[in-house]
Amino acid sequence: MQESAARVRAEIEALYRSESRRVLATLIRLVGDFDRAEEALHDAFAAALDRWPIEGVPDHPRAWLVSTGRFKAIDRLRRNARFDPLQGDEADRLEATPAAVEFDAGVEDDRLRLIFTCCHPALTADARIALTLREVCGLATEEIARAFLTSPPTIAQRIVRAKAKIRDARIPYQVPTRAELPDRLEVVLHVIYLVFNEGYSASAGESLTRHDLCDEAIRLGRLLVELLPESEALGLLALMLFHDSRRAARATADGEIILLDDQDRSLWHRAQIREGGALIERALSSRRVGPFTLQAAIAAAHATAERARDTDWRQIVGLYDVLLRLDPSPVVELNRAAAIAMADGAEAGLAELDAILARGDLADYHLAYSARAELCRRLGRRDEAREAYTRALALVKQEPERRFLQRRLAELSNGPGDPDAGPRT
Amino acid sequence: MRYLCLIYDEEKKWATMPKTEADAMMGEYFAFTEGVKKSGHYIGGEALQPTPSATTVRVRNGKISSTDGPFAETKEQLGGYYLINARDLNDAIQVAAKIPSAKFGSIEVRPIMEFN
Repeated sequence: MQESAARVRAEIEALYRSESRRVLATLIRLVGDFDRAEEALHDAFAAALDRWPIEGVPDHPRAWLVSTGRFKAIDRLRRNARFDPLQGDEADRLEATPAAVEFDAGVEDDRLRLIFTCCHPALTADARIALTLREVCGLATEEIARAFLTSPPTIAQRIVRAKAKIRDARIPYQVPTRAELPDRLEVVLHVIYLVFNEGYSASAGESLTRHDLCDEAIRLGRLLVELLPESEALGLLALMLFHDSRRAARATADGEIILLDDQDRSLWHRAQIREGGALIERALSSRRVGPFTLQAAIAAAHATAERARDTDWRQIVGLYDVLLRLDPSPVVELNRAAAIAMADGAEAGLAELDAILARGDLADYHLAYSARAELCRRLGRRDEAREAYTRALALVKQEPERRFLQRRLAELSNGPGDPDAGPRT
Repeated sequence: MRYLCLIYDEEKKWATMPKTEADAMMGEYFAFTEGVKKSGHYIGGEALQPTPSATTVRVRNGKISSTDGPFAETKEQLGGYYLINARDLNDAIQVAAKIPSAKFGSIEVRPIMEFN
């Protein structure tokens, strides 16, 4: 008996991990309020812990949890109705909700509703990220705070404010209409990509990457592809898989950066690269190619080159040309200039780069100066390289990147000892 | 649910607009108003006189002070409003996006606080 109770508890814990977000998504639709739905979710799991060891696990655990959560929400509303008659009306409304819409049909829609509500454009970008990680991924406030190097009260406040806005401005719990979908999907994809980027290239702090955030973003990307296989959702997932496939090769054991060219490509995650490739093909076959799909195609060109020198730089420049027309930005221009340097030589790349810098668009972007330094170094223009590294160092915020730039600068000063310093003047 | 759509744009632009263009804008506003009346969103709406006509009133220690001009000097000025009925914020956003000034100014959409 003891043993079987322990087994049921373990099963409930596993269900919490796999199903609690689905159950929550449906409860929010039924109860119409995030906080009440969360209370109902916890009440339902508490009831399961109480009753399942005695009554046995029901045939349809998720349906049981939704149904129990709904009843628990009605109970709470009835109890509160003594002080707040409006909650009594709410309970009546909830009780009148037809039981048939409680589960299964529309469950996946509920998860999409949850994603689109958490990523509503009327919320601030920070709030979208915090709310998505909290509600869709189920991360604790403390986990989100740690991942974004901020304090739990800051994250908690963002979430509270976002929920208040959803309630007060009546942000609806629905999947956007076809007409609204492209704009709204763009916001969702952007939220997922920001989470991934924060994990992949931590904007500040001690370590280069925070893998938990990458994993979470990829999980979100997979969920979105499963629920809504739009071409750009496929493209974003492919892009994240390609970047993440280099995880094991991007840094030394003590956390120092290893550049793409110098990475041990046997450490790249082959299965992820294959999966990314298949996703890109699906995305391209839709004939609506967006910026994420193009970036994924660029990442694929790197990921499928057996050795660094096999990289098809001409193709990469071509892809950047298309990307620039579609979604112009100075950072994309910078990357294109770096690709030109590989395809047509450092001189050509430097000319492009200097034209961007002359416009002042990237004046505060450390990677623009480190790219310039790199090209000057290759051309043997050591004084200019030194100056550019120094400027990059003044702007860099992340420790491993700082150490990398310092190493480069030191190598430059060591002169002849550096085998990789390129032609000398 | 009721929302107030506050219309902000540069009144300078209105003042210096050629007459044909201003007439066209007014035409767009009339058409918009007709549209939201037909769709059932419309509750009310007015255009305001430009900010030089504004007076800001405060009472401090029982004493009334009136000063010339709007409460805050901003690049875009409050030039009018619509009070609408909308199903939810998405519906309200769709209505606000059709207000002619949304193309060059901005529309602030604020839910009305309901006191029960």
